[in-house]
Amino acid sequence: MSGDGATAMVEVRGVHKRFGRLEVLRGIDLDVRPGTVTVVLGPSGSGKSTLLRAVNHLEKLDRGYVRVDGELIGVRADRTRLHELAEKRILRQRQRIGFVFQNFNLFPHLTVLENLVEAPVGALGVPKARARARALELLERVGLADKAAEYPRRLSGGQQQRVAIARALALEPKVLLFDEPTSALDPELVGEVLDVIKDLARTGTTMIVVTHEIGFAREVADTVVFMDGGVVVEQGPPAQVLDDPQHERTRAFLAKVL
Amino acid sequence: MTALTPEKAPPLRRPDEPAGQLTIVPHRRPWRLVAGLAALVLAAQFLHGLAVNPGWDWPTFRAFVFSDSILRAVGTTLQLTAYGTVLGFALGAVIAALRLSGSPVLRTIAWTYVWAFRSIPLIVQLVFWFNLAYLYKRIGIGIPFGPSFVSFGTMDLLGALGAAVLGLALHQAAYAAEIIRGGVLAVDAGQLEAAAALGIPRFRQAWRIVLPQAMRGILPNAANEVVSLFKGTSIVYVMAIGELFYQVQVIYGRTGRVVPLLMVATVWYVLLTTALSLVQYYVERYFARGSERDAPPTPWQRLRAAVTESKEKRA
Repeated sequence: MSGDGATAMVEVRGVHKRFGRLEVLRGIDLDVRPGTVTVVLGPSGSGKSTLLRAVNHLEKLDRGYVRVDGELIGVRADRTRLHELAEKRILRQRQRIGFVFQNFNLFPHLTVLENLVEAPVGALGVPKARARARALELLERVGLADKAAEYPRRLSGGQQQRVAIARALALEPKVLLFDEPTSALDPELVGEVLDVIKDLARTGTTMIVVTHEIGFAREVADTVVFMDGGVVVEQGPPAQVLDDPQHERTRAFLAKVL
Repeated sequence: MTALTPEKAPPLRRPDEPAGQLTIVPHRRPWRLVAGLAALVLAAQFLHGLAVNPGWDWPTFRAFVFSDSILRAVGTTLQLTAYGTVLGFALGAVIAALRLSGSPVLRTIAWTYVWAFRSIPLIVQLVFWFNLAYLYKRIGIGIPFGPSFVSFGTMDLLGALGAAVLGLALHQAAYAAEIIRGGVLAVDAGQLEAAAALGIPRFRQAWRIVLPQAMRGILPNAANEVVSLFKGTSIVYVMAIGELFYQVQVIYGRTGRVVPLLMVATVWYVLLTTALSLVQYYVERYFARGSERDAPPTPWQRLRAAVTESKEKRA
């Protein structure tokens, strides 16, 4: 599942990241084929959120690179080195990489509809009327068409996260990144968010999902990646990684969470 | 220590028993009534004094409160406040942006500005600007340390009013910068991350996402500053500018009627501050949208709700 960079939608190579004295990512390689779902598991502090944030350059890397759909993210290469891009260029690259946060991070002073329209109009220059029509379609898709005029704080956590997913989809991203999308939710609200993500998986959206929901991983993932201590310990289809883990650390983690 | 065994415990009446219409009688508070009455008596005494004490000299008050010279002076005061606020907050916004920028040089310059203008008393600064022509007879635009293309006489460029506005605005900017910076820092970092993740351009992030949310923290403090500046304009009387306090002084210097003329100034300051507070209330309400589950009622809505409630009680 590695080395075949030409067909990967997301290609992570030799990624290192250090926060002060702590090396959070210690050489990560990962390939995500188009139209597949990759679920990243691992104990907290294993670097899985940092990896996800590295993919859309919310974290600057110390070494290594990320390509999305063949394009280097956040840097350009000359013969010997990688050079960081101007912020403007990075912002433009992020427009094609959807990101869903653990805490939703909806804009509280804008209505649900305005939240969805903001980036297409402000970043891509889509005409307002078209952006609104598309936003309403997306709200329909996540089952919240009747909430278009509400402010986010009047919605439940599950509804807010569904709006956040719709907001990410409004830019028609090539890949969607989910950073523990259900960890801030009450248990009874987790299902509705996972259902939306499953629905996206069925329609062939390329996704990387960092989560603790093992059941979701088993059901939806094409590839499960297990991280610990800043490295990928093992990866493969769910049946292999979850039911027949090869590494002691994976077994220990699964024994604790299952 | 005798533990209450179930046999010894006093029997509890169940609420559904006939005598169990267990309504709760509010606790009586007689001292609250006494204190309230005492306060009312004191207030009545004060109002009575205002009416009958000839020292207040209401006829003189009436003669001057709407006189042309006073109205003109109120206009000047408002003008100074408006220029000071607009220029002060505009410059303050720039300084706050510098202070929050990534460049250590710009951050240091902004910090130094705030440090300097908060350290110098406003009155010292005003007199200084008023005497700027002593230091620089002409002010020009050109090549730094080289020849200048155009130049103006300092006195032509900066009259007394100009010097006052400059002083007030520069002073205000230091405080405004800190207030704006405080508001921006209070916005959740996740908001900027979300905007960055969506690829929204930098300026639009600040204008559409950060500032509207920062306004909630900025507004109460900013309103304080405007009110304080409005009253603080009285300090420019040292430059013999005909604002409200200066004008009042001129009149009582001539007529000797100090108290009624101070009342003229007081009434105008109170009236206009009240108007500012009203504006503040509605502006804050606008920026509070989406922040609470329901917008707080306006004073008018609250009054109407109270009236209907008391009607229902009586009915």
